[in-house]
Amino acid sequence: MATDRIVGIDLGTTNSLVAFMQGESPVVIPGEDGSNLVPSVVALDQGGKPIVGNRARNYLIETPERAVYSIKRLMGRGMEDIQEELKFFPFRLADDLEAGEVIRIKLGDKTFTPPEISALILRQLKRNADRFFGEPVTKAVITVPAYFNDAQRQATKDAGRIAGLEVLRLVNEPTAASLAYGLDRKQNGVVAVYDFGGGTFDISILKLHDGIFEVIATNGDTHLGGDDIDNFLITIALDDIRGDLGLDLRRNGEAVQAIRKVVIEAKIALSSQVSVKLDVELPGGERYLREITREQFEQLIQPVIDRTVGPCKQALKDAGLKPEQIDEVVLVGGSTRIPRVRAIVQELFGREPHTEMNPDEVVALGAAIQANILGGGSEATENMLLLDVTPLSLGIEVAGGVTDKIILRNSTVPASATQHYTTQVDGQANVAIHVLQGERELAKDCRSLARFDLKGIPPMAAGMPRIEVKFLIDANGILHVSAREQRSGKETEIQVQPSYGLTDEQVEGMILDSFDNAEEDFRRRQVIEARNEAETILTALDKGKKSPAWGRLTTNEKKQIAKMEKSLIAVKAEDDYRAIRKAIDALNQGSMRLAELMMDSAVSTVLKGKTMEDADVGEGPTAPHPVAKAEFE
Amino acid sequence: MATQGESTHSCWSCGAMRAAHFCEACGKVQPPAPADYFAFFGLPRKLNLDVAALEKDFYELSRKLHPDLNARTDKREQEWSLEQSSLLNDAYRTLKDPIRRTQYLLQLEGVELEEQSKAATEKARATGEAKKQIVPPDLLEEVFDLNMQLEELRMHKKMGEDDPALIEEIGRQKLELEEKRQALLNELQADWKTWDGLIGREQAGQLVSEDERKQARDKMVDLLNRRNYIRNLVRDVNEALEN
Repeated sequence: MATDRIVGIDLGTTNSLVAFMQGESPVVIPGEDGSNLVPSVVALDQGGKPIVGNRARNYLIETPERAVYSIKRLMGRGMEDIQEELKFFPFRLADDLEAGEVIRIKLGDKTFTPPEISALILRQLKRNADRFFGEPVTKAVITVPAYFNDAQRQATKDAGRIAGLEVLRLVNEPTAASLAYGLDRKQNGVVAVYDFGGGTFDISILKLHDGIFEVIATNGDTHLGGDDIDNFLITIALDDIRGDLGLDLRRNGEAVQAIRKVVIEAKIALSSQVSVKLDVELPGGERYLREITREQFEQLIQPVIDRTVGPCKQALKDAGLKPEQIDEVVLVGGSTRIPRVRAIVQELFGREPHTEMNPDEVVALGAAIQANILGGGSEATENMLLLDVTPLSLGIEVAGGVTDKIILRNSTVPASATQHYTTQVDGQANVAIHVLQGERELAKDCRSLARFDLKGIPPMAAGMPRIEVKFLIDANGILHVSAREQRSGKETEIQVQPSYGLTDEQVEGMILDSFDNAEEDFRRRQVIEARNEAETILTALDKGKKSPAWGRLTTNEKKQIAKMEKSLIAVKAEDDYRAIRKAIDALNQGSMRLAELMMDSAVSTVLKGKTMEDADVGEGPTAPHPVAKAEFE
Repeated sequence: MATQGESTHSCWSCGAMRAAHFCEACGKVQPPAPADYFAFFGLPRKLNLDVAALEKDFYELSRKLHPDLNARTDKREQEWSLEQSSLLNDAYRTLKDPIRRTQYLLQLEGVELEEQSKAATEKARATGEAKKQIVPPDLLEEVFDLNMQLEELRMHKKMGEDDPALIEEIGRQKLELEEKRQALLNELQADWKTWDGLIGREQAGQLVSEDERKQARDKMVDLLNRRNYIRNLVRDVNEALEN
């Protein structure tokens, strides 16, 4: 049923994809341009209309102030933790940002929060899926880096909501990839997934057991990826240009983007070639020319790649496994195409990694499989179940600024912990709880998740109330908190102040805006497409009337066709795409005999030694069938 | 085990008598009933348990209770599935690990392990004194030596000096401590046997005196304390070596 259709989405730092389960295997849904990947780039055109994907990439070079990429790096983060990012990425922050507010990025003269920009990418994917299915898709599974914290996960979920999607599940990217790999090689054993993408790095170790994919340990770095390699190369090029040509281009957005484009191309080429030539045209007509060998490249990027080693070792330690106990290693993410990265993985685990599946698509395909499982499963996914873990320990701040860990990292989710609180003063009505995420001993070194205010505690002597607080991490890795005063049995009201992230009301406001637009966009597009189809069939009919076959129809048949033609022309002028499609279908049915007759005459013409072109059959209403043709264009 | 849970309840959905967490007739997840982790798996409160069988039960129950497999039910059932499956995961995580399992049982038996330690920490903070830890008698001499050496190492480091011999000696002691900690695990299993014996007698309808229970508990509390002490010591050594 259409309402049960759930798509799987890989919302990547560099590229995003949408996939679904077609029969027994997952497939990627291409965009209008036929490409499976939608670059995660968003731009605003001069009219203020958002442009997403390949077309937005041109804006990056021509009007960089109207475009943004790698927005995933800012999801769920606050001002103080993006300072490093601001040095290397051309993110333009809104001028009127206040402390504690969710960051906003300037595009042209408008500002957007990271979830809103991600929502624009999701909407493009949704549009591609809508087009593919011929009706709106409303439910999705979205993947996130395994090492994403609560705020980053919440921000991703918010983005889905803003885009008009019901996010049924957030799935960790490496785990999704393991599902895609596991689909055609059903077996038991221990698998390590090394996921090195555009902006994030994850390592997950899983135990496969009769269709159960149980994550034993995960680790990573949510700010380590191909982006870092690019930025490294850009810095070197800018230094070179300053030294050799005396040009300081660090603040020239267009020049930096032109250099970025060239170094990315060079990086990709160096995975298959041993040397490449950089050639960038600079403002003022100068050129930056340089040759880089693979050897030099590998030396340069070694420090970036080395940063993946620590998390791998920690994950092995947490899993209580030695490298030789890993049965298979799987590579995911575009950065694993770099030969040096593959070599490091081979060194780490002492075995050749699997690279059979396209590292850019495997996460989206896995998301489609998870979507299928959530939707009730099929023969291909029967018995498959994912048991994932929380990547970071959950703690609460106790006296002295110390973190008391209540749910340890690598605990299978859903997971819960219960804590008891009481009051310090007679009649105290509120208790504050500070929730943290991270591995460090001191609260100030962990990530602040939220401050919870327990309110409305019945008045009692100090130390008398017994408030039970339940912390629950759901299957998305997102925290829920509930509290109850046990003596009175009263549910305690909790006021949440998320440390980073949008409030429910804010998200609600954003949804209404864009959701209405999305529906309107969809409808408008459908009308345009339906009118195009109507044009095609009407033109074909005109041709048919001039063919000898027309004369062989009965008067009644001709009358019928004329009537249907008239009604199609009438509804075509209106905005109801359903009515247009209905009229198209009717005319198609009604002109079936005409099409057959034309076919017959074409065949007999051939027999008489004439060509198909003479019969003009190619444009008749039969082949290709105009409706079938237009639907998937 | 778990799937054989008592059939004293009937399914809210189809009315059939059911297992504890889901209905065997219609497969529906049931509202969670208050249960300790042992009871959740239908196990007696014994400490020596078959971890392979526990894992098998865990997988089987996951296939019934996990939210992914109950995503198409109504809101209430999804809520139950979330609660039941978090309980399942919490219980499995606790019971599969020998130390956590022992701590949990002692907690069920009314021993406030964590509270004791927390109270001591808070008192130490309030008075500004170092938290007093009772040194296990069999470790007294070693701990004394080790602390001296750690002090020496910190001094050297402060002066920017290097003392490979000292570092090697400390490393050797750390290894010994880790071996001791491992040996404690074996000792713990003997304590389990005593405890399980008492539970076995109770199950057979025999009387077990509170004294006997207390004795068995105290032995385990003592052992866990010694183990924690060694763990903290190893942590101190690691810190001193790294800094």
